[in-house]
Amino acid sequence: MSEISTRDGAQFGQAGAQSLTFNLAGEEYGVDILAVREIRGWSRVTRVPQAPDFILGVLNLRGAIVPIMDLRLRFGLPREEYTATTVTIVVALNGRHFGMVVDAVSDVLDVRVDEIKPVPDFGAAVDTEYLKGLVAVGERMVMLLDVERLLGHDDWAMVKAAAEPEAA
Amino acid sequence: MAKVDLSQFHQTFFEESLEGLDAMEAALLKLDPAGADAELVNTIFRAAHSIKGGSATFGFADVAAFTHVAEELLDELRAGKRAATPELVELMLRSVDCLRGMLDRARRGEPSADADSDAVLEALRALAKQDAAPAAEAPAAAPVAEAAPAAAPVTAAAPAIAGWEILFRPFEHLLKTGNDPVRMFRELERLGPLHARADAGRLPMLAELDPEACYLAWDLRLEAAVPRAAVEAVFEWVDGDCELSVTPIAAPDAAPADTAASADDAAAPADTASAASAADAVPPASAAPADIAAPAAAGNAPVAAAAPAPSAPPRAPARGEAHAGDTASIRVGIEKVDALINMVGELVITQSMLGQVGEHFEPSMLDTLRAGLAQLERNTRELQESVMRIRMLPISTVFNRFPRLVHDLERKLGKQVHLELHGEQTELDKTVLEKIGDPLVHLVRNAIDHGLEPPERRRAAGKPDTGTLRLNAYHLGGNIVVEVSDDGAGLDREAIVRKARERGLIGAADQPDDAAVAELIFQPGFSTAATTTDLSGRGVGMDVVRRNVNDLGGAVTVASRPGRGSTFTIVLPLTLAIIDGLTAQVGDERYIIPLVSIIESMQLKREQINRIGSEGEVFRFREGYLPIVRLHALFGCRDAITDATRGIVVVVEGEGRRVGLLVDALLGQQQAVIKSLEAHYRRVGGISGATVTGDGSVALIADVPGLVRLAHCKTRVAA
Repeated sequence: MSEISTRDGAQFGQAGAQSLTFNLAGEEYGVDILAVREIRGWSRVTRVPQAPDFILGVLNLRGAIVPIMDLRLRFGLPREEYTATTVTIVVALNGRHFGMVVDAVSDVLDVRVDEIKPVPDFGAAVDTEYLKGLVAVGERMVMLLDVERLLGHDDWAMVKAAAEPEAA
Repeated sequence: MAKVDLSQFHQTFFEESLEGLDAMEAALLKLDPAGADAELVNTIFRAAHSIKGGSATFGFADVAAFTHVAEELLDELRAGKRAATPELVELMLRSVDCLRGMLDRARRGEPSADADSDAVLEALRALAKQDAAPAAEAPAAAPVAEAAPAAAPVTAAAPAIAGWEILFRPFEHLLKTGNDPVRMFRELERLGPLHARADAGRLPMLAELDPEACYLAWDLRLEAAVPRAAVEAVFEWVDGDCELSVTPIAAPDAAPADTAASADDAAAPADTASAASAADAVPPASAAPADIAAPAAAGNAPVAAAAPAPSAPPRAPARGEAHAGDTASIRVGIEKVDALINMVGELVITQSMLGQVGEHFEPSMLDTLRAGLAQLERNTRELQESVMRIRMLPISTVFNRFPRLVHDLERKLGKQVHLELHGEQTELDKTVLEKIGDPLVHLVRNAIDHGLEPPERRRAAGKPDTGTLRLNAYHLGGNIVVEVSDDGAGLDREAIVRKARERGLIGAADQPDDAAVAELIFQPGFSTAATTTDLSGRGVGMDVVRRNVNDLGGAVTVASRPGRGSTFTIVLPLTLAIIDGLTAQVGDERYIIPLVSIIESMQLKREQINRIGSEGEVFRFREGYLPIVRLHALFGCRDAITDATRGIVVVVEGEGRRVGLLVDALLGQQQAVIKSLEAHYRRVGGISGATVTGDGSVALIADVPGLVRLAHCKTRVAA
């Protein structure tokens, strides 16, 4: 399926990276596979008070309390019933973990940097700041997620702010 | 093969030195001027001596020089040549403070001496000179002026001998005996200016070099008219492990040119022989032996060669590293570790037993399985307790600072205080212990400043001149209770009420009951002290105490009887890692409410509830009315019971305020291992953390003071 494979260049480095792709409301998204810690089935979470609606709650991930967000709600898409294929992708960034609930995972994709197309500017109509770029895979288009931006958004800015004194 | 990195021991040195200082201080305070207890004096002396030895070894020359002078005085005290006068004790206490400061600065990598320490050092020297005991002959009591290596040498004293030529040729195994020539040279240097010339003639090729062998030999020249015994004493421990010859230098003609030359000579062989690290800026003689193991590090040598000068300015080597390695550590008693190993052993046995049962399981073995599981549970619990105990330290580590504090305050305030310490062996978590110190200091200061009266007023009240301050610590259930009580005047009700009216904390007509009055002193910015002293009265006292204690998940209360004294009681959790809590059901969610903040839980009847306005509901509880706070409303839980008469009201206290929390049901008590929500998420108002329940799901732990605050805000917004 990975038509644009660059597997010969074993070290992707600057040339590109592998992306884990997943489905969300009929569209395909990709996330840097090095940031992915774990893919797990949907399991019940504990709701946290005063959280934005896209934060479903927290989960016990081998002793760590990890927040789980519904990516549909995060992107303003309609809520979907969780099914057998609903999965949670646990992503780590700067030592912090969080889970994203997506419809289904689909593939692992090798992406070369020069294949990443910039995201067209929709003006204020569509929020594209959490996208790193677009990649064409045959007929399909995969939107590459910027995990850091996803964390950097409003509410999550507080997460980073809270992280800094700890780092110091 | 790296140079022996002394900096790795710095942390231990600092810890031990600070412990030594604590011991010194405690013993000094117990010292009776009338007849000094030999054992106490010995304790003080030993502490000073080991700090001196350690600081010299690790290159904290200022500290070493300072302690050396103090040690001289103590030695005379020990020998009975000097009495433990109050001035001496006071000066020694000041020295202890000074040394704490010096060690602290050294730990941070700053120069350890400062104006204060210089002043105290001068005072020590002055005292030492005052009635100079005839100690010149005794090698241990070398003239005080020579204490600091940088100080001017006393060479004029003996015209016959100008110094000593020492030929020191250690055998190869010297280092293995635990002797270090560097230390011996430093010791020599204390006797007077020392010039060393290292002879690297025996140094083999690199390939044949045994890093643990000593190949160097030294020609030393000590330009000080000290007795031969003093010189030989330095080499006492290497007798038989070296060739040693000590010959006197006859004429007083130690030419300065010669001095410079020998210093250069000494530096050069060290340079070629191996390496001297840049950090090791001790005088040249010491440049080689420790470094012999590191021929590869020769790149550093020129730096070292440039640095030395006779009696180079004392500097702590590798300070930066000492600072970087400044991580919190804990010293654990060996019996605790042994207990832990035992426990793990039992756990392994239980595990293998269960493994066997599991391998060939038949229904008939159910009892064995159950017994095994019960044993596993017991092992796990014991193991958990033992691991927790590792973090537990006796509260004496905090209590020990109080005799000194009381001693100082007594003098300052002209009061007589008898300090009683009880339950010093009560253990609590290191983190709790570290944070409880300041609040306790505050309470003790307050008790002496505000609580205890001056002698004449005590006499007038028919009490003994000396007031009693009692610190008591004990276990109560899963908590630690620390009490600070005095037999002073008690809280001044009139003054507190007056002040509270002035500040508008209570209305002009209010007549608060005693409990409410006591509560007032915990208000921010509240102080009744007529004048602001540097001790108390700045109004940043009790509210900070309460906040600190609350941050630890504890509570502080006060009970007072006029004319009889007051008692401050701090209740603390045993540990910060585990709390006891009640699980409360709210809708389909479960929250854990810490037991320490729960006063009572009850079911209310309709007639017990009064409405205030359209929103507020209160109920009668003991002597007052408490607001009902619906937990589901604060946390936004769905499908929860909203009727206050159908749920359960849990009376909780946070920051001195009580509210009734409405929950659906209480499910039972459990221990919760606290996990951070902030590690991966963020801080949530009203929630102090999370825990993993038996079924692997997450339950949130309510932060009661936070909830009370939250409820307060909500009602304000609603109003």
